[in-house]
Amino acid sequence: MFGIVDYGFYIPKYRIKIEDIANQWGKCADKVELSLRITEKAVAGTDEDVLTMAYEAASSFLSGDTKVKKQIGAVFVGSETFQYAVKPTATSLAEWLGLSHDYLAYDTQFACKAATGALISALGMVKSGDIDSALVCATDKANARPKDTLEYSAGSGANAWLVGHEKVIAEIVCWHSYSSDTPDFWRRAKSEFPSHAGRFTGTPAYFQHLGEAVKRLLHKTNTKPSDYHHVVFHMPNGSFPFKAARQLGFSQKQMEMGYVVPTLGNSYSASALMGLVAVLEVARPGDNILFASYGSGAGSDAIQMKITKHIDKKRKQFKNSILAKEYIDYATYTKFMNMK
Amino acid sequence: MSSIVGYYSTPFGELWDKSLDDLFLEAATGIMNDLQIEMKQIDAIFFGNMLGGVVEKQLLLSAHLSELLDVNIPIYRAEAACASGGMAFHSAHEYLKSNPNKTVLVLGAEKMTDITASEITEALATAASHKEQSVGLTFPGVYALMAQVYLDTYGYSEEHLAAISVKNHAHGVLNDKAHFRRYVTIDNVLESPYVAYPLKVLDSSPISDGAAALIMTNDAQMIQNRKNVTILASETATDTISIAKRKRLDEVESTKVAGNNAFLKAKIKRTAIDVMEVHDCFSIAEILALEDLGFWKKGQGGKLAQEMVTHRDSGNNTIVNTSGGLKAAGHPVGSTGIKQIGEIYLQLTRQAQERQVKNALYGLAHNVGGSGGVAVVSILGI
Repeated sequence: MFGIVDYGFYIPKYRIKIEDIANQWGKCADKVELSLRITEKAVAGTDEDVLTMAYEAASSFLSGDTKVKKQIGAVFVGSETFQYAVKPTATSLAEWLGLSHDYLAYDTQFACKAATGALISALGMVKSGDIDSALVCATDKANARPKDTLEYSAGSGANAWLVGHEKVIAEIVCWHSYSSDTPDFWRRAKSEFPSHAGRFTGTPAYFQHLGEAVKRLLHKTNTKPSDYHHVVFHMPNGSFPFKAARQLGFSQKQMEMGYVVPTLGNSYSASALMGLVAVLEVARPGDNILFASYGSGAGSDAIQMKITKHIDKKRKQFKNSILAKEYIDYATYTKFMNMK
Repeated sequence: MSSIVGYYSTPFGELWDKSLDDLFLEAATGIMNDLQIEMKQIDAIFFGNMLGGVVEKQLLLSAHLSELLDVNIPIYRAEAACASGGMAFHSAHEYLKSNPNKTVLVLGAEKMTDITASEITEALATAASHKEQSVGLTFPGVYALMAQVYLDTYGYSEEHLAAISVKNHAHGVLNDKAHFRRYVTIDNVLESPYVAYPLKVLDSSPISDGAAALIMTNDAQMIQNRKNVTILASETATDTISIAKRKRLDEVESTKVAGNNAFLKAKIKRTAIDVMEVHDCFSIAEILALEDLGFWKKGQGGKLAQEMVTHRDSGNNTIVNTSGGLKAAGHPVGSTGIKQIGEIYLQLTRQAQERQVKNALYGLAHNVGGSGGVAVVSILGI
């Protein structure tokens, strides 16, 4: 059996209310919140970045366990806000974690699905027997141009996933990836902020790609929406995942455990996987999970998972842990995000 | 006299899978197929397009049409900003006056959604005075100034403007080619975000893609057995590019001149007009248009707009913007003037389906370029 063996997450303690951002720009906060279905978002502090958050997430379950660390044969970090254009984050992370030096390392980027592609690649490497296990991290200190709609949703967070074959907690049963050259969101080299094509990010981008990936996975696995206990879709805002669910025949109940965007925002590459973290807190052995990421540019990775009996030993407290928070104002937000 | 014997339109909206060439081709082949006309029966093509050179970096669009339609006939482009379609129609009408037994294809097409909102706003602003552009005046800004002057002068409020959008959205619901097919309320309009005070999002026409086509002819054989309307007049007039040099901001001189000339040519009274498509790029523009065309007395427009006297359910004789206008039907700028004529054609030939105005005999189309630098007013009759 192949799949997720362990996992961890990190969400910075700082939060900014959508109301404060809306007030900054003279917008009606109620309307913004109603439209995006987000009330606050997590913000990394001034001394936090994608590496520190990835480390926090990975070290939360990898500290001190030298046997597991030695078996890790690959380290992949997915993000769209790497500190360096040239210099791997994955090697720094591995060094900080105290891994062996016998690992394949690289950073991946594909907008908000930067890490799920790496997860699928890691699965293939483990399945082939080339490596014993792989560490995959999703981490972003997501930024947005001031006053842009994205500013209300772009948040911070990281999660880390150990992919292996022993004591698997969530078997990766099947996956399907759907991609095309669809430029709905991008950040040019040396640009500080991402750009997007407004409503083009919806129907021809998010809904088309995520919808096709899910439909093709359902076909491949000969399953139907009602076969799944939990469903997690990428959460660029609060309304897109529910709309996609309606289009594809999933219920609100199937979505609710992984729906974390209203209070955390969209941590880009960590966003959908944070929904999976939330689901793993409550999932029972035997539960089927349907997960689908979305990355602008564009593509979607749909993954079918099955929870095993090993989940209980690895289950993490998620909901309660994110209640510890400290609110910041807009001025502090600009300082933390190093906005010039 | 020249006649219109057919009309075709693509849907208007965010047509992300269509290029400018795709839109031109669909409109041209659509109308030819509908009317069962072959390209060899077409003597010339007139088309309206404003932004091909900016959005798709393509000029010499006549050569595009030559390639798309496999023809070597004369192809004429009209560029008059948002009146490009109306000007193409006007030019075709002038051509037919001096060329007997000819049939022409008239097209309007615009691709607007492939660039960002700020880029398209900047592109549209190239139809304003460069001096005024350089101090940051965009088209919403220009019409906002006109609206402020109008509201202040005659004691109206934003609610009066909002009624125009409410009416046109109600009409647009019945148009299966419209960009927006949903009702809005006065409160929806008033609660929408400001674009440029006092104009809000729901006072403003959208950025749309779309194309439209007409077949115009003075060939009796071509007219025979086809649903047709007669072009009684098509007049155009101009005014200063700079709004600072206008005599007044509560009226559009080019509309007044073109309108008066059109009624003189058509030899009908304003009361004979049953249906009108007027240029409502912003809500204030429809009020000014109805005053400047002589249907409403200067300064009464706000009150009459609020009473929705031109709503299809009003029971009155003159219904305005049955297509939904630019506001709800959409505003692919080079296509708009053609769509307006097409809507009048559909109404006069009883092909307007659910939005049909009963017993419509005469119609008027009013297309404006810039903030009134160009106006085209055309009158059609059955």
